[in-house]
Amino acid sequence: MWRDAALVAGKDLRVEGRAKVAVNQVAPYALVVLLLFGFAFDQDRPLLVQAAPGLFWMAVLFSGLLAVQRSFSIESADGAIDALRLSRLEPAGIFIGKVVAVAAQLVVLEALLAFGVVVLFQSRLGGAGLLVASTLVSTAGVAAAGVAYGALCVGLRARETLLPLLLSPVLAPVVLAATEAWRAALGLSRGDGWRWLGILACFAAIYLAGGAIGFGALIEET
Amino acid sequence: MSSSSSLTRALGISALAAVAVNAWWGLSLSPPDKVQGQLVRILYVHPAVATMCYAGFGLCALGSICWLWPRTRSPRWDRLAVAGAEVGAVFCAATLITGSIWGKAAWGVWWTWDARLTLTAILFALSLGYLALRRAVDNPHSRALMSSAVALLMALTVVLDHYATAWFATLHQHTTLFKPSPSIHGWQLVTMCWSFVALGLVFAWMVVHRYRLEALEERYESEGYLVAIEARRAEGQPVSAAARPETGRVLVGSAASAERAEALVEDK
Repeated sequence: MWRDAALVAGKDLRVEGRAKVAVNQVAPYALVVLLLFGFAFDQDRPLLVQAAPGLFWMAVLFSGLLAVQRSFSIESADGAIDALRLSRLEPAGIFIGKVVAVAAQLVVLEALLAFGVVVLFQSRLGGAGLLVASTLVSTAGVAAAGVAYGALCVGLRARETLLPLLLSPVLAPVVLAATEAWRAALGLSRGDGWRWLGILACFAAIYLAGGAIGFGALIEET
Repeated sequence: MSSSSSLTRALGISALAAVAVNAWWGLSLSPPDKVQGQLVRILYVHPAVATMCYAGFGLCALGSICWLWPRTRSPRWDRLAVAGAEVGAVFCAATLITGSIWGKAAWGVWWTWDARLTLTAILFALSLGYLALRRAVDNPHSRALMSSAVALLMALTVVLDHYATAWFATLHQHTTLFKPSPSIHGWQLVTMCWSFVALGLVFAWMVVHRYRLEALEERYESEGYLVAIEARRAEGQPVSAAARPETGRVLVGSAASAERAEALVEDK
């Protein structure tokens, strides 16, 4: 399974490296979202600093939706999903591989967005341990849920609109918990950030396990 | 063909009568509360509506689990799942609306970012996604499988939502009725209990109708194919005078096609 996962992740990242959709389209879109948030708060800097963790995770959510859609649009083109189904790769391995590829893109995007938050919103990043841990665990959760729902929608006629409708409420707990963990890490709240990290870890574990078990049945039906 | 029967008509009339009694007791017979005043009357609607919302999603989860389980797999369970989800979504919207009315009167705001309220809103969004997913898939087997996966997640959210007032620090009132010594008495208690009966009857009436409607839709889909195949066969063959009226009765479009096919044969 792990070998299959490495193959699929390598394939997805190679495709992305050649097409450069994440670099040329998703990353600029994420930065534009940050800029728009800045316009919406109209130079109210204290408020912007307070809201920065939430805005960061909303930008990650929007960009994550695009990354997941992209991950499955390359499979639906030219019947690639049929080749994947017939390839005798373990479905759990395909799932893990796609999660790793999406998560890798999201981590790069998050680094870029964190830079944007520091520059545009003048936030001060701190609490490095909690910040990095909550970001990585949240990214795993977003990628796992995204790939599970992406597989659900891959063959459907209204998948472009259906995926955000299905995935956004599912990711609401991640946005909430990750925002609170970031607020604690940045010293914007007195809450225990590590407790939120536990919730994020539970979410990621549930979707990783559920996705690995159910992915085979889902792609058989698409 | 219709989704109603003598049973559903009786159920509908009973539900209507029970809701009328609930309105009478709730608006005139039940006295105002010592603390909450007239605001107590929302208790004769909101908790029962929220319970029916949970019941709808519970039915959806039950239908989905029974459909996923190979030994019990049957289209009936899928019909029950969609009926429960759709009726649950209606009651979920009603829960949010009646809760907002309560919130405005009690807390001074239509909405607050409370755990119970937020989870109910997420549940409503999930149910809309579930229903949209069902509309997007044509194959009945795929539709049932995919929607069952989403239904299980909705069931998890229902559990979280129900225990939100116990597990999280929340503004929402804790349980009033289902505890060893209920914090409501007399006519208020009677009326509140009756509201569960009245809205339970409404819920049952809606679920039965929606279940039957789903069965009729499935029948239409399967028989629609048969009608289409028959029409295509009719297009390829000269239609005898005796057979033509029967084809025409089934589908106007196919009768026209059959006539065109016959005209072509005659030209040759």
